[in-house]
Amino acid sequence: MSDHRHLLSIRDLSGGDIERLLTLTDSFVEVSRRRMPKVPALQGRTVTWLFYEDSTRTRLSFEQAAKRLSADTLSFSVSTSSVNKGESVRDTVETIEAMGVDAIVVRHRSSGVPHQIAQWVSGSVINAGDGWHEHPTQALLDCYTIREHLGGLDGRHIALVGDVNHSRVARSDVWAFTKLGATVTLVAPPTLLPPSTDGWPVRVSHDLDAVLPDVDAVYLLRMQRERMDEALLPSLREYTNRFGLTRRRVELMDDKAIVMHPGPMNRGVEIAADVADLPRSVVVDQVRNGVAVRMAVLFDLLGSGRDLDTEGTR
Amino acid sequence: MKSIVIRGGEVVDPTGSRRADVLIEDGRVAAVTDDGSSLSADVTLDAGGCVVAPGLVDLHAHLRQPGKEEAETVETGARAAALGGFTCILAMPNTTPAIDSAGVAREVLELGRGTTCDVRTSASITVGRAGTQLTPMAELADLGVRFFTDDGSGVQDARLMRRALEYARGLGVTLAQHCEDEVLAAGGSMNEGAWSSRLGIPGQPPEAEEVMVMRDIALARMTGAPVHFQHLSTRRSVQLVAAAKAEGLSVTCEATPHHFTLTDERCAGYDPVFKVNPPLRTDDDVAAVRQGLAAGTVDCIATDHAPHAPETKELPFDQAPPGMLGLETALALALTHLDLPITEVVALLSWRPAAIIGADDAHGGPIVAGCPANLCVIDPSDTWTVDPAGLASRSRNTPYAGMTLTGRVRHTILAGEAVVVDAEAQR
Repeated sequence: MSDHRHLLSIRDLSGGDIERLLTLTDSFVEVSRRRMPKVPALQGRTVTWLFYEDSTRTRLSFEQAAKRLSADTLSFSVSTSSVNKGESVRDTVETIEAMGVDAIVVRHRSSGVPHQIAQWVSGSVINAGDGWHEHPTQALLDCYTIREHLGGLDGRHIALVGDVNHSRVARSDVWAFTKLGATVTLVAPPTLLPPSTDGWPVRVSHDLDAVLPDVDAVYLLRMQRERMDEALLPSLREYTNRFGLTRRRVELMDDKAIVMHPGPMNRGVEIAADVADLPRSVVVDQVRNGVAVRMAVLFDLLGSGRDLDTEGTR
Repeated sequence: MKSIVIRGGEVVDPTGSRRADVLIEDGRVAAVTDDGSSLSADVTLDAGGCVVAPGLVDLHAHLRQPGKEEAETVETGARAAALGGFTCILAMPNTTPAIDSAGVAREVLELGRGTTCDVRTSASITVGRAGTQLTPMAELADLGVRFFTDDGSGVQDARLMRRALEYARGLGVTLAQHCEDEVLAAGGSMNEGAWSSRLGIPGQPPEAEEVMVMRDIALARMTGAPVHFQHLSTRRSVQLVAAAKAEGLSVTCEATPHHFTLTDERCAGYDPVFKVNPPLRTDDDVAAVRQGLAAGTVDCIATDHAPHAPETKELPFDQAPPGMLGLETALALALTHLDLPITEVVALLSWRPAAIIGADDAHGGPIVAGCPANLCVIDPSDTWTVDPAGLASRSRNTPYAGMTLTGRVRHTILAGEAVVVDAEAQR
């Protein structure tokens, strides 16, 4: 990935690129365990957040990652900025860049906005989630967490369950998991699957019970209540009955199989409350690994030629 | 007015083709001779290696005036049209306010006077294009409006469309439909399919177009009124119209250059310049539109010229307005990408659309002594590269930037005046 200036999508990356980022993450996990979990690697570099859509964990996670790398951070709050006065995305990013930033971390409700911004700025653009399209750092932390618990992704079978069509997490995970050698099965009613999965390296099922005995990991996607208004489902109750991960369904899984969720969870909808708290649920590990993965991404894009521990202290 | 002789070209019109020189005096063709020497005039235009054809006619141009003058004006649109070989363009009614009354229609016609193209106007079927109340179609027809459409959207209410067709039949005017079932298409910014699924862009299915084509074929059968289908973009839409024609129904249809040259894969970079409605479809649909043009199922080529100010085409893909420029590239795209003889291409761009909108009084007719001098001279072998900065349109949203095309308009004559000479607008 050294020739990439931006991180816009997982689909742009090779399996080797992803492996390298995961290996880099190992060293930041080690940093995170230190008593003083901070390195000077990105001293003098400035990272800014441009979040057009609410986010708690992704934004905090990036902020923590940047701070642990000693980068300067500029916070940009869309709700109190000139964006609310009608400023265009292009004018906003050109203004921010003029202040001197090295990387812009973007989240936007519309697919493709990070790609557009990348055409307009000279610094790095990191996609922190765009519409239904991709959420690359989520996929990287998911891969890292699976590797941590299952030893790797090659040959593993992962079920992505739920609202795949409206999920940027799914559109990143499908490519990340399969590029690392895993088999992916999408499990959802047809109304929640993409209109076409031509060219997607996946299997498709509408029967969660039939898939569960065969998986090493089940990844539950967040079910959004507004989908009820679009005639995609009769009711949340019916969804939970057929696709919710209940205790009964967990019994169908292999003993070592893990349960994942990108958060925030709708307990009682896609995941039963007691399942979320089982030891096999690795949701908290996903969040924890998110910081180290984002440190790896920031260092990879901005730390070219720098030494992890010593740069900036010379 | 200076007299003009067009020397050395191949004259192509509905009656066939022949080598001839054309003398133009006082706004009309004064003589067409094949001896190549006896004609003289104030101005000589070289047509060596060129086709001399009736002026092109575009029955689908968004001129944005009144209301969006930052994107286009009637004057700049007319100049773009002249450079594209068009001597007549039909303004679409989705302006602000909509062309839904005699007052606005008069304003547009007035703005068109004295420009470099014969600007005619359509009017909307419903007031404000809101789909609930018919416009004063008789009053508009008295002003010369022959073509009604709510283009930009389709008439959703089947009963209202039935009444509009019945009423139009009594006036001898044609109704045209932008076929899009808004409920089925809701939220879609590109063609629904493999690419929209991959890109995470909400799609609109081809069926959103096709169900309205089906409905309006049924209404054409029911009312006996003619229906023109605008910018058909899918294989099944073309098949439906073919079947309706075989049945003897009074239906016609058009296709745009972008629907016979580009596919939804172009949206992969999230550049809204490739966002258009109906959306770019698949290779199979492009092939079907081309076949439809070759077979005569598709009656004509229409540009759907849709200028948008640059800042609006920098919005996120799902928020950007749909539409592409078309007037200055349509002929070249047809010559470059359709495997058709030039006579057929000119038919699709000139006399066939002229007949559909009733512009055949002055455009698209045989080039003979006495006919109105609305002509274009086409160099079929001139190769050029599309440069957005060089376009006469006030906007820059061409999806063909950097594309090399073969075939170019050399001269355009409007009512006896050379408005384009050697591919340069004269005013």
